[in-house]
Amino acid sequence: MIKVVPELQYSAEHEWVSRDGGGPAGIGITAVATDALGDIVYVDLPEVGSTVTAGETCGEVESTKSVSDLYAPVSGEVVAINDAVIEDPALINNDPYGAGWLFKVAVTADGPLLSAEEYAAANGAEL
Amino acid sequence: MSETSSHTALYDQHRALGASFTDFGGWQMPLKYSSELLEHKAVRAAAGLFDLSHMGEVEVSGPDAGAFLDYALVGRLSAIAVGKAKYSLICTDDGGIIDDLISYRRAEDNYLVVPNAGNAKAVAAALAERAADFDVTVDDQSSRTSLIAVQGPHAEQILLDLVPAGQADDVRSLKYYAATEVTVAGLDILLARTGYTGEDGFELYVPNESAAVLWNALLRAGTPHGLVPAGLACRDSLRLEAGMPLYGNELSLGVDPYAAGLGPVVALSKEGDFVGRAALERKKAAGPARKLVGLQGLGRRAARSHYPVLQDGQTVGEVTSGAPSPSLGYPVAMAYVDAALAEPGTELQVDLRGKAEPFRVVPLPFYKRAK
Repeated sequence: MIKVVPELQYSAEHEWVSRDGGGPAGIGITAVATDALGDIVYVDLPEVGSTVTAGETCGEVESTKSVSDLYAPVSGEVVAINDAVIEDPALINNDPYGAGWLFKVAVTADGPLLSAEEYAAANGAEL
Repeated sequence: MSETSSHTALYDQHRALGASFTDFGGWQMPLKYSSELLEHKAVRAAAGLFDLSHMGEVEVSGPDAGAFLDYALVGRLSAIAVGKAKYSLICTDDGGIIDDLISYRRAEDNYLVVPNAGNAKAVAAALAERAADFDVTVDDQSSRTSLIAVQGPHAEQILLDLVPAGQADDVRSLKYYAATEVTVAGLDILLARTGYTGEDGFELYVPNESAAVLWNALLRAGTPHGLVPAGLACRDSLRLEAGMPLYGNELSLGVDPYAAGLGPVVALSKEGDFVGRAALERKKAAGPARKLVGLQGLGRRAARSHYPVLQDGQTVGEVTSGAPSPSLGYPVAMAYVDAALAEPGTELQVDLRGKAEPFRVVPLPFYKRAK
């Protein structure tokens, strides 16, 4: 069964958002997404300093057998990207909610986000 | 799960190994067991175990078997020696490709013809129809035959662990595109040195009731040699690196052998008529408008099936298969492009979802194993 982390929020396009305190939000893709994509070999992330808009594409994730657009789950300025996953995209498969995080955003507005329960129910995943 | 898709005799083995499944040619087949990259690399470095029981098996037997296949297929099948195999095509009257297939000559008057899963019924039907004026029997054995492949540099060593000592030399001396009867794990099987990965390897034909015993024996014997069960995802990336066409991608009813680079497979010099001859003679004389080429991506993004190939903003072709090559580390693709642009070294672009990325025409295959 595919895992969903209870403490995170989710977009319908399979991004997760980590909000602890008032700092920037961490963003990555879920295990549902990595399972569907297979082994990820290339990731294209927004640049630090650029602005992303909730619901719009801001990059892409490519696996051996498929490619998927990355949608910004929130709006705001990108303040950090995970260089480690650009060097080693397998980190996203191995630890999608941890070492495989993608970028951080200083949030100005949320997109429509789901709770872990809602996201898990919609995707046949478990908490 | 689709109600119409079939399970192979090894479905329970795949489930127990944790496979994720995909529908392919009307069959529920393992897509991958763990990671398709790991499986791909295991086949290149050690060995992979594939269930290919979705493939068809059609036996053609009788005094006219060789002459019949010369008529039904585009190659000269009557000329191959007993124990040898030949890659060929079955075409329509118009010269379109119904399927690409391998035929094994098992005896003077007996061939095993192996079509692709999705085409097995069409091929069996076409062969039966074309057999009317020949003294042959066409027997579609697909539903009762399983096919298991062991592919990779360690494949021979794995087979040697499972055959009686007296047959070791039969395995060692078996040439590429040849087949022999041996006993593997106590089962009498047809062992062929063929494959679809670009590596050394074997394909083993057995009746369905023996498939699980053979699979388990190969898995047990192979594991110490680095063998892993391997799914269709890595089969596709392996055959793409090896420049091998996939029916439905590179080959179709709308494609003729000359466009696909398979002209040498068509034996126009053979005596007598064969299905598609007149059309193929015309197509050869005219030359194809587009040709199948290999493309190497100069960036990191991969081209995918159906993406347009561009030159200076004009569409000059279409990608048929594409992926990031796990062995080579750059994107590879096959594409049909205007014949004038098919020379290796030609700089083209592929429209990757709205952005033109640079690709270069390169010779096929992309990957060749070290001898």
